[in-house]
Amino acid sequence: MTAASRSIASSPDAPPPAAIAVEHIWKRYGTFEAVKDVNFSVAEGEIFGLLGPNGAGKSTLIRMMTTLIPVTAGKAVVAGHDVSKDPDDVRRAIGVIPQAMTSDQDLTVEENLSIYAKLYGVPRAERERNIAEVLEAVDLAKWRSAQTKTLSGGMRRRLEIARGLVHNPRIFFLDEPTTGLDPVSRIAVWEMLNKLKTTRNLTMLITTHYMEEADKLCDRIAIVDHGTLVALGTPVELKNSVAGANVVEVHFDRDDPAWRERLEAIDGVTSVQPESSGFYRVITQSGSRTTMQIVELAASLGETLTSLSVQNTTLDDVFIHYTGRQLRDEQVKAVFTMPPRPGAQP
Amino acid sequence: MNRMFAIIEREMRKFFRSPTLMIMSLMLPILQLIIIGNAFGGKIVDTRVAVVDYDHGPQAVKLREAFDAVAANIKTFSTVDYNNEVQAREDVRTGRIDAAIIIPKQYSRRVYAQDAPKLGFVVDNSDLFTSSALEAEMQSLVDALNAPQIPNRLQKSIALEVVELYPYVNYLKYLLPMTVALAMYISVMIGGGMLYIDDKARGVHEGYLVTPITKLELVFGLNVAGAIKATLSGISIGVIGSLVAGLGVVFHPIIMLQMLSLIIAGSIAFNGMMFLLMVRVDDPLVPRAMFGVLNVLLLYPSGAMYPTVSFPRWMQWMSVIDPFTYTIHGFKSVLLKDGGWVSIQSDLLFLMIFGIATLLVATPLFKRTL
Repeated sequence: MTAASRSIASSPDAPPPAAIAVEHIWKRYGTFEAVKDVNFSVAEGEIFGLLGPNGAGKSTLIRMMTTLIPVTAGKAVVAGHDVSKDPDDVRRAIGVIPQAMTSDQDLTVEENLSIYAKLYGVPRAERERNIAEVLEAVDLAKWRSAQTKTLSGGMRRRLEIARGLVHNPRIFFLDEPTTGLDPVSRIAVWEMLNKLKTTRNLTMLITTHYMEEADKLCDRIAIVDHGTLVALGTPVELKNSVAGANVVEVHFDRDDPAWRERLEAIDGVTSVQPESSGFYRVITQSGSRTTMQIVELAASLGETLTSLSVQNTTLDDVFIHYTGRQLRDEQVKAVFTMPPRPGAQP
Repeated sequence: MNRMFAIIEREMRKFFRSPTLMIMSLMLPILQLIIIGNAFGGKIVDTRVAVVDYDHGPQAVKLREAFDAVAANIKTFSTVDYNNEVQAREDVRTGRIDAAIIIPKQYSRRVYAQDAPKLGFVVDNSDLFTSSALEAEMQSLVDALNAPQIPNRLQKSIALEVVELYPYVNYLKYLLPMTVALAMYISVMIGGGMLYIDDKARGVHEGYLVTPITKLELVFGLNVAGAIKATLSGISIGVIGSLVAGLGVVFHPIIMLQMLSLIIAGSIAFNGMMFLLMVRVDDPLVPRAMFGVLNVLLLYPSGAMYPTVSFPRWMQWMSVIDPFTYTIHGFKSVLLKDGGWVSIQSDLLFLMIFGIATLLVATPLFKRTL
């Protein structure tokens, strides 16, 4: 099934002009196909999420759109410029936050921003004003003269975001912006990105493997797996596209291979995923009715339930529905990362 | 151009805020100058020589007086009496003493009879430096004993009068050119090699590549910054090393200018070479692994410590394409010989051509994408 056929249209109105248009894009490394025939477009002012596990092809996609790696086949147009033909025009129109935190730890917050403003060719007169504005926007104004290595992880990520905005880009690419941050810092980054979208009228493309992040932050989400776009729509549309409205999580005291079959036989259950020993996720059209039926089933067999809970469908369920496996099952790719510098904040 | 200057600004700010890098790039060459300069440059003194005297005659006494004079004055060796030649040889072999001189029976009589008297000298030739020093000392002592008491009015023997063009150059001064070149190399290796690859691994270059900076601006920015760092290291070690070695000539304005020219040209050459070697490297372990290998491959064949004419042919070829050779030759010409611009013009020319050529080769190899 192609991405186009999986696309879930939500609005009957004419779509706003596309800030990003990706058409039949491919990326091959030798015989390995990292991205396969992906199509999507991102409207002006939209926050668009690429959701998928490590190695799904999200970063490859974002790197092609930001001119970091050449496109093997197909076309990507960003801010009206073809990334293969006019890479410099694309670079002037975009801000990019790479996955790794790359701010210079030996420089101050202001110096980091100033150097990037110069790299983007921001005129001297505007530079000071832009730096002050973005520092205010990311709430780092009072840390302007602090050395970057004294900042916490969340503050450094905010600095990276400020750095990507210092030349007032129209489109903002963020590659896993909250990876490695604690939950409080992560929520702070989400709030800040939402604020920036409104105040600066930014179009954002975010890659993430956090379901919650995609759900809370993105207007639309594309699920990417094995280099292919498997589903596209708003978070609500994607959740509604999964048969069954609720998820019942049940943990039996005693594991028995027959549980799965018994659960699948319950009326209204659309699928059952075994998680661990005696633990099952049951997708059903009626959470309350299925809960009752599971309790009755356990009682009739003289079995004990360790836990039982009902939840609404999550993007995790959507991911399972479209890919056949869970996002958290994916192993983290072994990549070389430089050890932190001594004296730097973790 | 502004983007190139932004890269230079970033590199220089980092350089001045990383005291470890600065200290390490200065410490090793200075330590090498002080340790090797003092270790290799000193005279052999306080060795112990066994005297096995089977003669006990007047000429043997005269010989022993000469040994005592050496022990009291230049202190190359002092003597220990042995009465057994076999024991003396065994002690030389086991290292208890450094050498043994055997005065045979009838030695005095044969001296008076002019009957080719011979002294036995047992040395431990596994230690070339000590044995050579002792042999030379003993030979000069024997020559003095052979000299006629009343010199002939007309000398038939040919004498060589040595005219030294320059004041005495001790080993510390001799090593100073190598030390300055080494400081530049280390600065380029750490600042231009290791940090460059570390930045790549940390994703710093990815940050540059998404900006509108051109390939030339990026390459030149990185290389100019690298050359500036190496130049600053060269100047610092040039001044500190001159003070350590007692070579005040470096503070003469013309010599200072010549040194600066050589340091700048050498820095460009070293940096160009390093950039060419690292342009396609991504693994941060590579420059660390290459550090020692390159040091041996470049420094030792350059003639820094031993003249290149004594090398085998293949090593002489290495020295021909080695920027260390020309940098050190230039420094020696300026610091030790005051040879003027003429003596360094070919060095400057080679270093500049080498630096530009390596950059010209490296630039197309530099990838503007990941």
